[in-house]
Amino acid sequence: MGLEVRDLCVERGGVPVLMGVSFDLPPGKALILRGPNGAGKTTLLRTLAGLQPALSGAVTGGEDLIAYASHSDGLKAMLTVSENLAFWADVFGQRDVTTALHAFSLEPLRDRLAGTLSAGQKRRLGLARMLVTGRPVWMLDEPTVSLDKDAVRQFATVVAGHLASGGSALIATHIDLGLEAEVLDISPLRAQPDARAGASDEAFL
Amino acid sequence: MKALLIRDLTLAFRAGGGFGLGLAFFLIVTVLVPFGVGPHSALLSQIAPGILWLGALLACLLSLDRLLALDWEDGTLDLLATSPLPLEAALSVKALAHWLTTGLPLVLAAPVLGILLALPAPGFFWLVVSLALGTPALSVIGTFGAALTVGVKRGGLLMSLLVLPLYVPTLIFGAEAARRGATGMDPATPLLMLAGITAGTIAIMPFASAAALRVNLR
Repeated sequence: MGLEVRDLCVERGGVPVLMGVSFDLPPGKALILRGPNGAGKTTLLRTLAGLQPALSGAVTGGEDLIAYASHSDGLKAMLTVSENLAFWADVFGQRDVTTALHAFSLEPLRDRLAGTLSAGQKRRLGLARMLVTGRPVWMLDEPTVSLDKDAVRQFATVVAGHLASGGSALIATHIDLGLEAEVLDISPLRAQPDARAGASDEAFL
Repeated sequence: MKALLIRDLTLAFRAGGGFGLGLAFFLIVTVLVPFGVGPHSALLSQIAPGILWLGALLACLLSLDRLLALDWEDGTLDLLATSPLPLEAALSVKALAHWLTTGLPLVLAAPVLGILLALPAPGFFWLVVSLALGTPALSVIGTFGAALTVGVKRGGLLMSLLVLPLYVPTLIFGAEAARRGATGMDPATPLLMLAGITAGTIAIMPFASAAALRVNLR
């Protein structure tokens, strides 16, 4: 059982951004989202993660299975690396953070305050959070921003491991991660400006 | 839920967490009042319950804009909203953490400050009881205000304007209970009303806060 998206229409600020988004994400597969800046990658991910409602269309199989990573990592500057991870592990009902620390080589930093980390180290900690969620469907928004080459490879290894263990991933990115994955280019799905399917406030204006 | 409570308390006590700011503000306000109205013990002891309640209310308000704004800025709210924790529970826990770091210290400090304002001896007990019953409502209502204005640039002032009118019933019954206690009258009726307001807001407000926050997270 995987994620199924059928004819989804997503909006941002009341204006439809994407129309007719349809894809399947079975377990063990990854899907790369591509599209120029402003095409609606983040909006699509936020809609799928349940942060905002879709205008129309159906998403099945996503309930309580999705772990979402946004542009910001949700780290507390005054907590240490392991405290940050342990908090998220506890919220998602998990215990073990050592695997996640090891996967992104964060062990030497585990007692440092997150506020004193570099941008790339923060990003690695943010990505390590995905491992402690224990959820099968990962949704990653530009995960490789501020990562160096080694860290990108490390990240690709982690994603490959996640796919091998039956998980799936939906990744919005501009770079080639070296993963075997289908690519969904969303630029042709841009909504027409006049297609305000169900979003009209005109009755109230 | 326990993890969120422990995290919020830890953050409050670490550098920059703002623990004690509300308490210090409360102290300064009550110290300034005798300078303003003059050293008349009779007058001070008459207005002491009201001043102490007003001071506690403003001190509570002062720390509200940090309640959700910091979690909003670093993206924690987005991630919490997609976590298994219901938003209603998360906001209740954050209100509880706010009360433990702001409301509870105010309750404990109030008798000491009562001495500065020449609060009559029988009033001390009822002042503490009324604050202990009333300040949880201030935190829960404040969480609603914070959820409404999260993401608004410089939303602190707007939040104060929205929240202060909602504090009126708590202030009326809380200060009335403390005043009756200080003048030797029976404070039972206002105390019961105050407890009712607190119980009602604790029951209803988390749902309103979560609904407001969901709209703001879109």
